[in-house]
Amino acid sequence: MSVELGHYALVLALATAIVLSILPIWGAWRGDRPLMELATSGSLALFGLVAFAFAVLTQAHLASDFSVKNVWENSHSLVPFIFKFSGVWGNHEGSMLLWLLILVFFSALVAIFGRNLPDTLRANVLAVQAWVATAFTLFILLTSNPFARLNPAPPEGQDLNPVLQDVGLAIHPPLLYLGYVGFSVCFSFAIAALMEGRIDAAWARWVRPWTLAAWTFLTAGIAMGSYWAYYELGWGGWWFWDPVENASFMPWLAGTALLHSAIVMEKREALKIWTILLAILTFSLSLLGTFLVRSGVLTSVHAFATDPSRGIFILCILVLFIGGALALFAFRAPQLNSGGLFAPISREGALVLNNLILTVSTATVLIGTLYPLLLESLTGEKISVGPPFFNMTFGLLMIPLLLAVPFGPLLAWKRGDLLGALQRLYVAAGLAFFVALVFYYVENGGPVMAVLGLAAGLFLVFGAVSDLWFRAGIGKQAMGVAWRRLVGLPRSAFGTALAHMGLGITVLGIVAVTTFETEHVVEMKPGMTAEAGGYTLAFDGMRSAVGPNYTEDRGHFTVSRGGATVADVWSSKRLYTARRMPTTEAGILTFGLSQLYVSLGDPMADGGIVVRIWWKPYILCIWGGALVMMFGGFVSLSDRRLRVGAPSRRAKPVKAALEAGE
Amino acid sequence: MTRKQKRLAIIGGGMSFILAAALLVMFAFGQSIAYFYMPADLAKTSVPPETRIRLGGLVEKGSVARGEGSTVSFAVTDNENTVKVTYTGILPDLFREGQGVVTEGKFIAGSDVFVADSVLAKHDENYMPKEVADRLKEQGVWEGQEQTQ
Repeated sequence: MSVELGHYALVLALATAIVLSILPIWGAWRGDRPLMELATSGSLALFGLVAFAFAVLTQAHLASDFSVKNVWENSHSLVPFIFKFSGVWGNHEGSMLLWLLILVFFSALVAIFGRNLPDTLRANVLAVQAWVATAFTLFILLTSNPFARLNPAPPEGQDLNPVLQDVGLAIHPPLLYLGYVGFSVCFSFAIAALMEGRIDAAWARWVRPWTLAAWTFLTAGIAMGSYWAYYELGWGGWWFWDPVENASFMPWLAGTALLHSAIVMEKREALKIWTILLAILTFSLSLLGTFLVRSGVLTSVHAFATDPSRGIFILCILVLFIGGALALFAFRAPQLNSGGLFAPISREGALVLNNLILTVSTATVLIGTLYPLLLESLTGEKISVGPPFFNMTFGLLMIPLLLAVPFGPLLAWKRGDLLGALQRLYVAAGLAFFVALVFYYVENGGPVMAVLGLAAGLFLVFGAVSDLWFRAGIGKQAMGVAWRRLVGLPRSAFGTALAHMGLGITVLGIVAVTTFETEHVVEMKPGMTAEAGGYTLAFDGMRSAVGPNYTEDRGHFTVSRGGATVADVWSSKRLYTARRMPTTEAGILTFGLSQLYVSLGDPMADGGIVVRIWWKPYILCIWGGALVMMFGGFVSLSDRRLRVGAPSRRAKPVKAALEAGE
Repeated sequence: MTRKQKRLAIIGGGMSFILAAALLVMFAFGQSIAYFYMPADLAKTSVPPETRIRLGGLVEKGSVARGEGSTVSFAVTDNENTVKVTYTGILPDLFREGQGVVTEGKFIAGSDVFVADSVLAKHDENYMPKEVADRLKEQGVWEGQEQTQ
């Protein structure tokens, strides 16, 4: 397939997006049905065109067509098949195309599943989506064309950055973008609502599934990215507070707040204006993240290339969309009727507290991320804001939130009973504290404060269980009744409990690994041994090996415990031949939830080698918790209340009655 | 409570939380920001010992020496001034003589050797830490190619 067809499809996509940006709004304003209907079919066509362009680029990568500049720069004929495929988005141009593809994918989903939305709202939402699509299609066509040709075609490619040659690249960016870009739907709903000047509980019900879906994918994407960095970089760290990480973490924090405030709006018609603002801010943070990562203001593995014109273009998109949206908000928000009041101690009050803490901590992360950039552009002074800053601010601010989470679901709407919630939770709190003490005693070491951290994590887990426990009335009702009540609980109740439990598991993992982790840097010669986490590692020596597009020196270690050999592990240093670039491939052994992490350093003159060995107790809880959160998101998403287009509950009994009548 | 009191309670609580967060941010900035210096800056101004800074430049050719265990010493230069650095740990894959590097750490009182606790050299073979590249360009000693691909 010729890449020019892909280029052509992208130009057609631009034209479609422009038409989609204007006509449906015009139709919604005039009450012209056919024009509004155009939004649905147009969004599907737009998705088809972008998907075709993406397929063409993928084909070029798979076929190693080095006459395409993008393929030549980022691929090599010897790269394994899977990396040829994931290499499509392992570069600036391709990843922007993936961004666009996912954006129009969400538009198409809204077009398909939004059949029961009011016609005007659907037309407006899809039109706003098309504005974003127009901006990014223009960006790709003008500054980042993936279909540029080279003449004459080089015989061999320059290879994909070795750090990216990993299955992580196949999974992490698509998941992350599904989350990041998914928030565009919330943004479009917010803008459409502002344009129509009408927002009610139904609006919140329509927006919630999209928020939930985006949040779920973003959770998975961030966790996947963190695990990838952990095993690939060989530094043993799983979160660096790197600006690029913060760029994905901020939309997650704001999205979490949005998820919760939309519940208040749906159930109680309160916090309307705030929810709209959060929807705008969340996607603005996604756009900001795109800017930080793609513009080259930061140097990182994610900033594939630094071309100033791209940075300025994205900055313009950023200013246009965020500025425009906030201006519209400022203009329209005073006209929206605000919702009812509620007591500070109530479910709404708890959710407001959640929103307050989440947005304030998002703001601290934002300040820590942008301050060095601002200072440098204003005064030329160069500073770095590192993990100590974020641990001190974000870490401290999160503590009240973690303690408050289990109370939220136990408080009633409107007027809650804090004492009642306390009575229901003291068993969970006591148990959490006791288990934390035992945990601390068994692991033996670390600061005493860690007990409180562990207890906070366990409190979240036990608190989530107690919520389900009391809702089902276990202990108060007969077993059968309690079981039926438990099974009959709405799926969203299970989703909430799972998500909160997952958060607890992640907290537990973070506290456990920071407290009980051990690290040894030792110089080893063949035959020497080292100890870590109760295991003995014997270094057997180095061996050379050749991979498809690299050579490597591999060190072999035999791991034993109490004299018995339990496992063995290879750890290596690779040299990717095409780019002459070395990488460290850490050797990782999993024991239950804990891991032994072995990374090689430099060879010494006397034949020894520097080896870095970490014992990472319970580290898998960090990502395991995120998986549980993600699972909670999916369970919640399957709740029929949120299924846009699901037949209403009434349908069933009526049908049953009819059948009974026959 | 009346409506007014409820509203006041919520707004007051929210404001005090935001205020606390703002104070925390300012305190944390005072504590944990590291300024970036090149060796030439250190010849002009002196940095008090025990202050965390980032020191960037080129790894001087022929200066890398391995000591006891995993301790390494090397010199960071910008062709105007040179600062000796010691570091214990594993150097990044892309740490090479003559290449750009950023180290973070502090000076110990009574010594002019910089004790680094982290050494950064990032993920690309033609990567030059941005701070270092900008300054070297200003000084006209930039030798690397542009990073545009």
